[in-house]
Amino acid sequence: MFYRENGQFKSTYASDQQMLPILQDRLFMAGVLVFAFGAVPLLASDYLFLSLLIPFLILTLAAIGLNLVVGYCGQISLGHAAFMAVGAYAAYNLVLRVPQLNFLVVLVLAGLIAAAVGLVFGIPSLRIKGLYLGVATLAAQFFMDWLFARVKWFTNYAHSGSVQTAPVDLFGWIVDTPVEKYLFLLAVLIVFTLIAKNLVRSHIGREWMAIRDMDVAAEVIGIRPVYAKLTAFAVSSFYVGVAGALWGFVHLGSWEPLAFSLTLSLNLLFMIIIGGMGSLLGSYFGAAFIVALPILLNQVPAWLGVPISTAMTSHLEFMIFGALIVFFLIVEPHGLARLWAIGKEKLRLWPFPH
Amino acid sequence: MTGPANGRAQRIGDVILALEGVSLAFGGVKALNGVSFDVREHEVRAIIGPNGAGKSSMLNVINGVYHPQEGTIRYLGREYHDMDPHEVALSGIARTFQSLALFKGMSVLENIMSGRNLKMRSNILLQALGIGPALREEIEHRAVVEGIIDFLEIQAYRKTQVGRLPYGLQKRVDLARALAMEPRILLLDEPMAGMNLEEKQDMCRFILDVNDHYGTTIVLIEHDMSVVMDISDRVVVLDYGKKIGDGTPDEVRANQAVIDAYLGVSH
Amino acid sequence: MKKNWPVLLLGAVLLIGLVLPLATGASAPGFYIEVLLGGLMAGVLYSLVALGFALIFKASGVFNFAQGAMVLFAALAVARLGEQMPLWAAIPLGMAIMVALAWLIERLVLRPLVNQEAIALFMATLGVTFFLDGFGQTVWGSDIYSIELGIAKEPVMVLQSVFQGGILVNKEDFFAAVVAAALVAGLALFFQMTPTGRALRAVADDHQAAQSIGIPLNRMWVIVWSVAGIVALVAGVIWGAKLGVQFSLSQVALKALPVVILGGFTSITGAIVGGLIIGVGEKMAEVFLGPILVKAFDLAGGGIENWFAYVLALLFLLVRPEGLFGEKHIDRV
Repeated sequence: MFYRENGQFKSTYASDQQMLPILQDRLFMAGVLVFAFGAVPLLASDYLFLSLLIPFLILTLAAIGLNLVVGYCGQISLGHAAFMAVGAYAAYNLVLRVPQLNFLVVLVLAGLIAAAVGLVFGIPSLRIKGLYLGVATLAAQFFMDWLFARVKWFTNYAHSGSVQTAPVDLFGWIVDTPVEKYLFLLAVLIVFTLIAKNLVRSHIGREWMAIRDMDVAAEVIGIRPVYAKLTAFAVSSFYVGVAGALWGFVHLGSWEPLAFSLTLSLNLLFMIIIGGMGSLLGSYFGAAFIVALPILLNQVPAWLGVPISTAMTSHLEFMIFGALIVFFLIVEPHGLARLWAIGKEKLRLWPFPH
Repeated sequence: MTGPANGRAQRIGDVILALEGVSLAFGGVKALNGVSFDVREHEVRAIIGPNGAGKSSMLNVINGVYHPQEGTIRYLGREYHDMDPHEVALSGIARTFQSLALFKGMSVLENIMSGRNLKMRSNILLQALGIGPALREEIEHRAVVEGIIDFLEIQAYRKTQVGRLPYGLQKRVDLARALAMEPRILLLDEPMAGMNLEEKQDMCRFILDVNDHYGTTIVLIEHDMSVVMDISDRVVVLDYGKKIGDGTPDEVRANQAVIDAYLGVSH
Repeated sequence: MKKNWPVLLLGAVLLIGLVLPLATGASAPGFYIEVLLGGLMAGVLYSLVALGFALIFKASGVFNFAQGAMVLFAALAVARLGEQMPLWAAIPLGMAIMVALAWLIERLVLRPLVNQEAIALFMATLGVTFFLDGFGQTVWGSDIYSIELGIAKEPVMVLQSVFQGGILVNKEDFFAAVVAAALVAGLALFFQMTPTGRALRAVADDHQAAQSIGIPLNRMWVIVWSVAGIVALVAGVIWGAKLGVQFSLSQVALKALPVVILGGFTSITGAIVGGLIIGVGEKMAEVFLGPILVKAFDLAGGGIENWFAYVLALLFLLVRPEGLFGEKHIDRV
C-alpha cells in the first residue's frame, strides 16, 4: 500500500525514462546515500573499513565491469583479473614515470590501457560464437601473469618482483586513513555506476542485450554483432582496469604479480552469478557476498565453539561457492537481484495479502 | 471478397527486388533450386507452398542469413549474393520470424526500440553521460516507437517482459520491431501462425494498414489460403525448392501444377 | 582450398620453428630428441585430459570445466586409498568412486539444468570444479601424495650408437604413452562400434531428437561422465605418479583446454593430435625459444610454458575456429 505508483503520472518521455521513476525508490536511494556518506564513516570501525567495505567497493566496480560483458552482452570471460592487473601496473608505471599527472587522470588512462589490451585479446575470438572468448581470456590471464612477473620494466626492476605504492594524492588531499579511502572509493563507485546505468539503458545497452538474447535476430535488425561485442568488452575492460588500479593503490598498497590470478577471475565470475547477471544491483550483492563469506567462515565456527583450521576454512569456502553456484543456476539464475525484485513486488501489496 | 481493392492496384510500382536463379543447399539437401521471381514496390507478395518447400529459406536468402551457392539478388539496382544480415537490414529490408525471435530478456518497449538502433547515431561517450544529444535522440525515437505501439494497439504491455505475453501479442511485438526499422520491404514469415480467427483478422488489418499508410512492400509466407487470396496482389508458389506458379491469386488458384502439389499428386 | 591458406601458413611457421634448433645446429641432436620426446610425453598426458573434455562435449554438449578437478580428485582418491591397500585394488575402487561421482553430477547438476543454454551448464561445471577441489581436499587431505606404480623411475639411456651420448628416456613416460594409446583405441572402438556409442553420438547432436527415439538421456549422461571420470582417473594416476599428487594438478589440467581448441571440441582424434602438438610446442618453446626471449627482453627467467599453449590456441582460433578435426556447425534458422 505504501510502495505504489498511484498518482505518479508521467507526462513526458523524459520523466518516464528517469532512473528512479517511483518516488518511494528515490526516497529510499536518498536514504541509502545519506547513510553511506554520513552515518557509516562515523559508526564503522577501521577493521570494518579495511577488511569489508573497501574491498567490497572495489570488487563491486570490477563486478559491474564483468557483468557488462557477461551479464548484459552474454559473452563469457574467464580471465578478467588479467585486465585488473593491466590497470594496476599501468597506474603504477604512470605514477612512477609521469608523476605530475593527477591521480584521476591516471585512473582513466589505466582504464583505457586495460581496454586496449582487452581489445587485443577480444578481437580474434569475438568473431566466433561459443566459449572461445573464455579461452582467449584465459590466454590473457596466463600471459599477463607471466608478463608482469618476468618483464622487469613493469615492476621497475624490483628484486622481489613486487611493487609498492604511496598513498593516493588527490589535489593535495592524501587519502591514507580508512575513512578517507572509503569515501573516495564510494564516490568513484557511484560515478561509475551512474555511467553504467546510462549505457545499459541507451541504444548501446540494447544492442548488447539483443546480442545476448538472440544474435541472429539482432543482426537481422541491423546490429553488427562484432561491434557490439567489442564495445561491451572494451567498456568492461575499462571498468575492470580502473578497479585493478584502485585495488592495487588503495586496498593493497603493495602487491606481487600473483595478486591478480585465476582465482580472482573466477571469484569475479561467482560474484555476478550469485549476485545476478545482467543487473547492476546484482553486482553489488555478489561482491558483498564474496567479501563477507570468508569473514563469516572465520568468525562463525569460533562463535559456535567449533575450531576449524585455516586450510579447512578455505576448503569450505570453495565447497560453499561451488554448491551455491549450482544452486543459484538451478533455482534462481538471475541471482540475488531477482530475489530482491521479487521482494519489491511483494512490497507493493504489503500490508495486504493480495 | 477476392483480390485487392482497385486503389491499391494503381499504386504498385516498378520491380525493386528480384531473385535470379537462386539455389541453396545445406550439405546434400537442396533447399532452393534455381528460383527466380520479382517483387514490385508497394505490392503485397505472398509465397506459398507445402511444408518444406523452401519458403523460409527463401526469406533467409533475401535477408542475408543464408548465402546461396548460385544466383543473385537484385535490390535497388545492386546485385548481391553474400551480404551480411545487418547490411541488408541497413539497406531497408526487415523481417519477422516464424518462431519468434524476440529478445526475451527485454520489455516490449525495449524490443521495439532496438528496431530503431540502425537510426541512432550518438556515440558511446554521450550515452554514458546520459545528457544532451544522446537523451534527445532517445526521446525522439521513443516518440516514433510510441506511434507504432498505438498503431498495433499494444499500449498496455509496453513495460512487460516479452516472455510473459501471450503468443498473439508477441507476434505483434515482432511486427512492431520490424516496423520500427522503417523498412522499404517487410518480410513476414507466417505472421498468422497459431492465431485464432479474430487475431488473424487483426493481423490482416495491420498488414494492410502498413502497406496502405507507409507504402511498405510486403512479402509474406502464409499457409491460410483465404488470407492469401484476400490480401495479396501476386503469389509465388514453391514446391520442393522449385517455383511452380507465379501470378495473381486467381491465376495461381487455377494452376494445375499448384493444385497437384497441394493434393500430393506425385509429379 | 583458397580459404585454407591461413592454416597452412600457421602450420608452416610452426614447422619451421620446430626444425630450426636442429637445422641451425643450435642444439645437439641427442638433446633435441630428448626435448622432443619429453614434449610428446607431456602431450600424451594432455591428450588424456582433453579426451575427457571431448567425450563429455561430444555426448552431452557440455563444456566440462571440472575435468581438471576430476583428474585431481581421482588421483587423490587412488593415492590415499593406495596407502591402505595395494594399487591393483585401489584403482578399481577409485574407478567406482568416479562412477558414483558421475551419477551424482548427473542427478544434482545436469538433470535440473537440462533445458538451459550452454553457458549456464558451463558455469555449473565451474561450480562443480570449486566444489570438487574443496571437497577432495577435505576428504583426502591437501598434502602432496605419491603414487607408486612400481616402474623404475630412473631414466634409461638408449640409442647410444646413433647419437653421441645417447638419449635419456623415462620408462614411466613410455608406460604412459602405451596406456594412453590403448585407452584411445578402446574409446574409438566403443564410439564407432557399440550401440551405446552410437546413442551417445545421437545425444550429442540433438537432445530432444534423441529422447524422442527413446534414448534414455539421463542414463547416457551418467555413462559418458563415468567414462570421462575413468579417463580422468587414468590421467591422474599417471600424472600423479610422475609429478606427485597435489593441488596444482587441477590447474595444469586446464591446459587441456587449448588442446580441444586445436583439435576440435568433438573429436577424439583431435584431442590426441592436439595434445601432442601442444605438448611438443610447449616444451620446444620453453627450451629453445625461452632463452632467446630472456636475452632479447632481459626477462627474469622463463616460464613460457604457462601461456604458450593458450596463445597457440588463440592463433588457431584466428585461422581455423572449428579445430583441425572439428565439425563446422551449420545453424539453421
